[in-house]
Amino acid sequence: MVDWFQRHIPKIVLAPSFAAVLLFVYGFIGWTAWVSFTRSRLLPKYDIAGFIQYKRLFASPRWETALNNLFIFGFLFIVIAMILGLLIAILLDQKIRTEGVLRTIYLYPMALSMIVTGTAWKWIMNPGLGIEALVRGWGFESFSFDWVIDPKMAIYAVVIAGVWQASGFVMALFLAGLRSVDGEIIKAAQVDGIPTWRIYSAIIIPSMAPIFLSAFIVLAHLAIKSFDLVIALTGGGPGYATDLPATYMYTMAFSRGDIGQAASSAMIMMAVVFTIVVPYLYSELRAKHD
Amino acid sequence: MIRFTALATLSAVALTAASSAWAEPKAEVLHWWTSGGEAKSVAVLQQEFSANGGTWTDMPVAGGGGDAAMTALRARVLSGNAPAAVQLKGPAIQEWYEEGVLADISAVAEAEGWADVLPASIAGHMKCDGTWCAAPVNVHRVDWIWANADVLKANGIDMPTTWDEFNAAAEKLKAAGIIPLAHGGQAWQDATVFEAAALGILGAEGFHKAFVELDADTLTSDAMVKVFDQMRTLRGYVDDNFSGRDWNLATAMVMNGEAAFQIMGDWAKGEFLAAGKVPGQDFLCASTPGDGFLYNVDSFAMFDVGGADKEAGQQLLAKLIVGKNFQKVFNLNKGSIPARTDVALDEFDSCAHLSAQDMADSSANGSLLPSYAHGMALRGAQSGAITDVVTAHFNSDMSSEDAVKMLAQAVANSM
Amino acid sequence: MTNFAPASTFNAGSAGKWRRAILRLILLSVLVIFALFYLMPLFVMVTTSLKSLEEIRTGSLVALPREVTFEAWRTAWSSACTGIQCEGLRPYFWNSVQLAIPAVLISTLLGAINGYVIAQWKFRGANLIFSLMLFGCFIPFQVVLLPMARTLGLMGLAGSIPGLIFVHVVYGIGFTTLFFRNYYVSVPSELVKAAKVDGAGFFRIFWSIFLPLSLPIIVVTVIWQFTQIWNDFLFGVSFSQAGTQPITVALNNIVNSTTGVKEYNVDMAAAIIAALPTLLVYVVAGKYFIRGLTAGSVKG
Repeated sequence: MVDWFQRHIPKIVLAPSFAAVLLFVYGFIGWTAWVSFTRSRLLPKYDIAGFIQYKRLFASPRWETALNNLFIFGFLFIVIAMILGLLIAILLDQKIRTEGVLRTIYLYPMALSMIVTGTAWKWIMNPGLGIEALVRGWGFESFSFDWVIDPKMAIYAVVIAGVWQASGFVMALFLAGLRSVDGEIIKAAQVDGIPTWRIYSAIIIPSMAPIFLSAFIVLAHLAIKSFDLVIALTGGGPGYATDLPATYMYTMAFSRGDIGQAASSAMIMMAVVFTIVVPYLYSELRAKHD
Repeated sequence: MIRFTALATLSAVALTAASSAWAEPKAEVLHWWTSGGEAKSVAVLQQEFSANGGTWTDMPVAGGGGDAAMTALRARVLSGNAPAAVQLKGPAIQEWYEEGVLADISAVAEAEGWADVLPASIAGHMKCDGTWCAAPVNVHRVDWIWANADVLKANGIDMPTTWDEFNAAAEKLKAAGIIPLAHGGQAWQDATVFEAAALGILGAEGFHKAFVELDADTLTSDAMVKVFDQMRTLRGYVDDNFSGRDWNLATAMVMNGEAAFQIMGDWAKGEFLAAGKVPGQDFLCASTPGDGFLYNVDSFAMFDVGGADKEAGQQLLAKLIVGKNFQKVFNLNKGSIPARTDVALDEFDSCAHLSAQDMADSSANGSLLPSYAHGMALRGAQSGAITDVVTAHFNSDMSSEDAVKMLAQAVANSM
Repeated sequence: MTNFAPASTFNAGSAGKWRRAILRLILLSVLVIFALFYLMPLFVMVTTSLKSLEEIRTGSLVALPREVTFEAWRTAWSSACTGIQCEGLRPYFWNSVQLAIPAVLISTLLGAINGYVIAQWKFRGANLIFSLMLFGCFIPFQVVLLPMARTLGLMGLAGSIPGLIFVHVVYGIGFTTLFFRNYYVSVPSELVKAAKVDGAGFFRIFWSIFLPLSLPIIVVTVIWQFTQIWNDFLFGVSFSQAGTQPITVALNNIVNSTTGVKEYNVDMAAAIIAALPTLLVYVVAGKYFIRGLTAGSVKG
């Protein structure tokens, strides 16, 4: 008995967490799937009514906008935050004396709640109050920065604020990565007279492949859950031009009392996440399979 | 049979009296009035409640005009831990009633004679299947137009009484370099302006058909195309930077003379008063062009919770909410007018007097109508679908014909 | 350490020195420009919080205050109305502390032991379990609100701080396990084998070999979890009741009023106060954060 316990102890230790994840993640996904096939309004109901919610979802122009925005926002947010994070990390890694201060400045946005930084960004990006007014006040009358009020450009304004919030964290990941690259290899390359940019592009960056993956998982997680950001910055506007699936789902479930509709949008959203994240997880775990 | 009913009522009243006799009234109140003036107004209710021996537990959740509070409410109800009293309004009251979670407060309502003091259409919102299930707090009028008195005088403009007059005045102001209409580009504000325009152009009957009955013919009528045309015209009177602006910043634009008019409910008055402006002197108030009165009534619904102390708390709360004193004090703070019609209005300002007079008149001639933009006329899914179209049209170059088509589709898809 | 300074010693001489100085200058200015971009919103928030409401009404929103006043800060902390109570953020601050500390500790501990098992005590299916946990990181929280509310009700934890702790621990497992697993996976498996030969058991090895190695990754995990939990609004608003509401809910009550008069200076001061603990953690632990990440969590 004691021996059995000894042998299975790792499994026993892992079991509660695993059970919790099974129930509270996968069980609830199953619950959502079920509800998405019902006509639930104010509170969940469990009588199956077929694909009606999915039909309604794809007949909604607002959902179309939200889904498009997820791709635009998700792609730009992840790519720009990664590039900016990497760039700053490389610059910061050049023995800068004020590194501590600068690093904290780049990192702090992650500490603030978007409920209010959204308001600050709203003012900064508003053409009448913020940057545009400021620069015009300096005498550059033709300067224009009005993305946040332009339905076609507003989603890019959301990207700016999103990148501002998350890129510092990515910078930290990359900075850590740069510091753990084997110094001997770099010295050898320098002795051979290989130019600095070649050392980065051919030796250092490729060796950080796992960090790109970690950064991706953190950023993808933030992109999908971006909710406060949109609510605080644009409220989904102008019109519903900056709606994202997460805000669409929340609006349907909680302000419009249309839970079935919200559940169907959640299912589509998770299908999107699944198709993007699962290949990543697969490659990540295969690469580690020693 | 009659005797039996009478007996039942009597015993119900006796039961209420008895339970409140030996149970200290308690109530946890979920509401979204958290900012200065609003919070002070609710505090009045709390003081009365405790003066009558009750214990009030405050559960405030602000945000999104009650969206966040409704999120919390759903979670609380599903976890079997509903608050005793909840700020709810419009058809949402009946929706929650249908879920079987509301308590019946008819005993209090009948004992207090609510039916005699509330306008019929407002009383209708407080009833579920013939029983009373909610208590009204106030009447906000939505179809107000606010103006800067000096700007109008300087440009020789009177308060417009038709949309054509409004448009003419706006052109004149625009030529003079003043922003004619201060507006904040948020979906609910777009919807507020839209319903004011709709009331003026469709008339009271048309408004009722379109936004209460969701009559397909009215929704796709030529008159509705004209409403969207007017919205397009109004878009031309708004400055370029309106997107996402908070309503109070728009009010500030009227106050400092940057803009001339704002179309907004009477909570805007609070903003003027807070800045020390005097109605009739610094700023003017009038109903938007057209006949009728769009109301936005705040109310509290009682949730079915066990325990004699909580039930006693609900009864007491309902009684106090509709009580004369609270109705007066609360509405003086909030900028709205009392829901009950027998409260003396001596201490209220001229805008409130106008509001009360118009409410009485429109109640008599059937043009007292629920505001769709503020969730009084339709259930969330339908009113939300309409707002999506309104705000999409206002913030793009969509034609009015396309908007009307989209409106019909969106309403059908929301069912 | 990647350091390119020695490289330039190859082309010594005054021309090279000059070029190096100019390059450094460009480098530093680029970094400072980035820093200004990152500081912009904080600048707006701080200046606004130091203005009077009158000045905000009349002046530009993004300008230095003409007259500095700390009134808004005092109001936000101790007298702003968050409902009928006008006691500012102070009472809610304590709720958040009571909630965040146990939740962070428990989820970090769970992550450590899970990561230890998955990285060092591999059994069939361990990788599948790990990927299922990882995918759990991506579930949108809006989806779980309603079934979670029901579950908490059944568990008798509705509206309580233990209930909130429970929720945060459950949805923190994915990330904490990821962090520790990636850290422990780089510990040579010979270490465990040798310890087993010496007769040490599962917990003994964890306790006396792995935990002492883990300070850097503990710092990373604690920072991540603390930021997530302290700033959470959605769970906080849904699973609390009067008396257990966390600070983000109070902040929201101060900031988000629809039909009341807006006090932007108080809003901004309140936001900064609410963020102080996380800001402090970033400032104080920032150095260890990078070190922790360097030590292996992201090497994989």
